Formats: sequence, structure tokens, C-alpha cells
Amino acid sequence: MQYKDPRLLVQPSPLLKQQMTTHQTMRDLLFALLPVTFAGIWLFGFSALLVILASILGAVATEWLFSPAEQRAARLVDGSGVLTGLLLGLTLPPALPLWMAFLGGVVSVGIGKLIWGGLGQNLFNPALVGRAFLLATFPNAMTTWSTQASGEGFFQWYPSNFALPFMQPHYDAVSTATPLGLMKFEQQSTALPDLVLGNTAGCIGETSGLLLLAGGVFLVLRRDIDWRIPAGVLLSAAIFSGVLYAIDTSHYPDPLFTLFSGGLLLAAFYMATDPVTSPLTPRGAWIFAVGIGLLVVLIRIFGGFPEGVMYAILLMNAATPLIDRYTQPRVFGKE
Amino acid sequence: MPEKKQDTYQEFIKGLWRDNPVFVQVLGMCPMLAVTNSAVNALVMGGATFFVLVASSFFVSSLKNWIPKQVRISTYIIIIATFVTVTDFTLQALMPVVHKELGAFIPLIVANCMILGRQEAFASRNSVRLAVVDALGMASGFLFALFSLGAVREILGEGALFGFKLFSDDFEPWVIMILPPGGFITLGLLLLLFNWLKERKDRLVAQLDEMEIEPRFRS
Repeated sequence: MQYKDPRLLVQPSPLLKQQMTTHQTMRDLLFALLPVTFAGIWLFGFSALLVILASILGAVATEWLFSPAEQRAARLVDGSGVLTGLLLGLTLPPALPLWMAFLGGVVSVGIGKLIWGGLGQNLFNPALVGRAFLLATFPNAMTTWSTQASGEGFFQWYPSNFALPFMQPHYDAVSTATPLGLMKFEQQSTALPDLVLGNTAGCIGETSGLLLLAGGVFLVLRRDIDWRIPAGVLLSAAIFSGVLYAIDTSHYPDPLFTLFSGGLLLAAFYMATDPVTSPLTPRGAWIFAVGIGLLVVLIRIFGGFPEGVMYAILLMNAATPLIDRYTQPRVFGKE
Repeated sequence: MPEKKQDTYQEFIKGLWRDNPVFVQVLGMCPMLAVTNSAVNALVMGGATFFVLVASSFFVSSLKNWIPKQVRISTYIIIIATFVTVTDFTLQALMPVVHKELGAFIPLIVANCMILGRQEAFASRNSVRLAVVDALGMASGFLFALFSLGAVREILGEGALFGFKLFSDDFEPWVIMILPPGGFITLGLLLLLFNWLKERKDRLVAQLDEMEIEPRFRS
């Protein structure tokens, strides 16, 4: 029964309801990522937009195809498929063939999410599962970084984008190294203003540190994400690399370089904070975040890859159930 | 004797499909994941297992009345190990390259739980004829599973089947497929496919039951 003007509302608890819904959170995340996406498209040209669209298309198509017919509409509307596709697209190099980006979207949603039972059931961050799959499958294409189009070449595209499905891309554009690659293999640092403004080679969405930070702060203020996780990741990475920098300034990168290079900011604000794959308790969130920060610096400096953010998060995702178990708050009145 | 013939056929066909050792019983995962990075390796491994399983089933079933219950497992292992040694030396002599690639996994056939399982569960309790038929079915099912995994992994991982290029030279190999994770992913997806097919069939049978129509191919 419904009354139009309830003077006295009698209903069972909970009486105070949280306004936040899945749709709302997903929409906030998409809004927060828009500036970064536009910056990526501006910096790398039209190709970046195509790569992002291909990965979103892969993610959404998989979500649609493998959902029960009666749930399809609801699952597409909640925006999680689009978000996964967008996050994946932002972590791909701009000259990646479109079919690979599409495949990444399919794997992200198919193997990263739906196979576990859909939204809220997955153990690992779906976008990063897709990226890890692509990196292991196409190591060359995933580490060929093109120079930026930066404005004047906005309507140019990389010919490698249009490689036929299953065929190798051919790179015409001059390829270059990311700041992290330069650091690792040539011991060459990149100027901080370039890192902050995004004037470097790299993945589509990881270069412009300032916009990532702005979007992240927006999310923290909106309380869409747990502030402890980005804070913990960034602090622990900065402190750990600061200690190493203090030991030997010529060998190790300075903390600011660590923070603004590679995908650390993107991952700290948008991927590590995925509520499904991060611990529930505040104490657990700190452990999780500090673990990611330490692993990132460890892999970057002592590991074989120039960038370690993806593996750091996937490893800590695997530890999340354990962390949750050990940080479970004591039930009141029990020992 | 139509009844008996039906029985034999059922024992054979169940290993191929309904009780497939890999896709349904999920047995013998070690060779399944380790040596299926190409179709040739998978076929040789499947063939070796085929020979060992059929021969041991035959012997175990023939000797079942003389094997004391207390030491039956060790006796089965000795019988299996005999044929594994034969296979190992034969492969070494005939196909040294493939033998080298398969490495330790040929001797490890002795520890394949599918083979020991068939001896314990079937060969030691049934007539020689049924035991051999059952072994033939199970081994064919195993071979089929190994081959489908190996073929998928080789086609995607190298763009070839049995070493013949299927695509133009421009093919981009999926490196992950010939690495261990590719084995796990492919096996998982194949299991998904077979479970889906099975569920669909069960649903169909249930529907037919509801409509009280006698299905012709009820297993």
C-alpha cells in the first residue's frame, strides 16, 4: 500500500539509508576519468580514442553476451562494464592494434569478472586482468610506445591501430621509451614538469599526473573511494623510494619521480580502490595499500620490468581475503 | 546377445563423453597442462597413455584373481610401470626429439591417476573384454582431450597445427598460449564449454521427460 503524503512513516529498519548506489559510484568514477581521457586523446591523437572505444566495446559486448537474457539491461545500465573497458583502455599504449584492445576488453569482463559470478564476486581487478593477459600475450605490441601527437597531429592516427585481427601491427611512427623505461635501462630521469603535465610517452591515461590527482581528489571528497588506499599507496611508495634515494642518489629515482611516473597515480586512485577487490576494514585498507606501494617500488627498481603497478595490485588483490580475515573487528562482548 | 552388445558399446562410449577422464572426472591434469603446448606433443603423450592404459587394464583384469587384496595397489603400479618403461624406451628410440620435449612426463605416466583409477575401479572387477573396452574408451577420451587442448594452444600460440602454418607470415602469436597460464586458461574454458553442453543436454532431457516423450539417445 502506498500513501501519497505519509504523515507517519512506519517501516522496518534500516530507517537511515545510504544514498550511494552502484550506479552512482560508477557514474562518479566515469566523470572523474573524463578529464584524463580527454587529455589522453589530446596528447596521443585520435588513435587513443579508437583504442579506448575498442576496449569499451569488447567489455560491454562480453557483458551483454554472457549475461542471462533477463538481466542484460540491468547489467549494462549499472555502468561497470563501461568503466572496466575505459580503465583498461587508459592503461593501453595508444598505437595498440584495435583488435588487441577489443580482445583485452573481452578478457577483462569475461575472465576477470563474469567467470567469477559477475559484479562484486571477482577476486582480481577486471581491467588489470585484461591488461596482464594482453601483456603476456602480445609483449611486443604492449611495450611499443609511440611519440606523442600533442595537438598538431590530433587527426593523425597510427597505422598500427588498423592491423587486421590476428595479424601483426606494422609500426611506422617513431617509437620511444617511457620515463620508467628510460630510468631503468638508461639511468635517465625525466623533468618533473613533463611528468606532471603528461608530456611523456606512455599509456593513454597514465601520463597527465595533475588531472589524475584532480579526479582522485574529487572521488575522495565524494566518498566514492576509501581515502586510505591512495594515501597508503602513494605514501609508502614515496617513503620507500625516498629511503633508497637517500642511500644512493645516483642509482635510484627520487620519490617525486616515483609518484608521477608510470601508472602509479592512475592505479592508486582508480584501480586499487575497487571496493570489490580491496579489504573492507580500515586497518586492512592500510595494510593493502602499503603492500601495493612497497611492491611497486620493489618491482620497478629490483625487478625485470620497468613498471610494476599492475602486478603489485594483482598480488595484493590475491591477499585481500586473507587481510580481511585477519583484520576483522572484534564482535562486541566477545573475547 | 543384443543386451551384451549394448553394454560393451556403453562402456566404450562413456569414456569418450559422459565420463570423459579430463572434462568430467578432471583426472590426469599433470600431463594435460604440462605437455599440451603443441598438437604433436599432445598426440604422442595421448598415444603413450593410450598404450599403457589398455595394456595394464588387460593384464590387471586377467590377473585379478591372483592379486591379493592387500597389495593390489602396488601390483597395479608394477604392471603400469612395466608398460611405461616399454613406452619410454620405444619413444626414445623412435622419436628422440619429441621424447626430449616431453622429458620427465613420459616416466610420470606411471603416476597418472586416471590409469590407476581405471585399474582400481574397473579392470579389477570386470571381465577382460569389458576392461579392455573400458580402457579403450577412457584412453580415447583422454587422447581427445589432450588433442583439443594442444590444438587450441598451438593454433593460437604459434598460428600452426602439427607445425604447418595456418595463417600468413603476419600472424601475431599469442605468446601466453604456449606458456603455462595459457594451459590453465584454455583448460578452464574447455571445461566451461563441456559443462555448458552437458547442462544443456540435461535440461533438454528433463524437458522431454516432462512432455513424457521417450528420448531415443538417453545415456
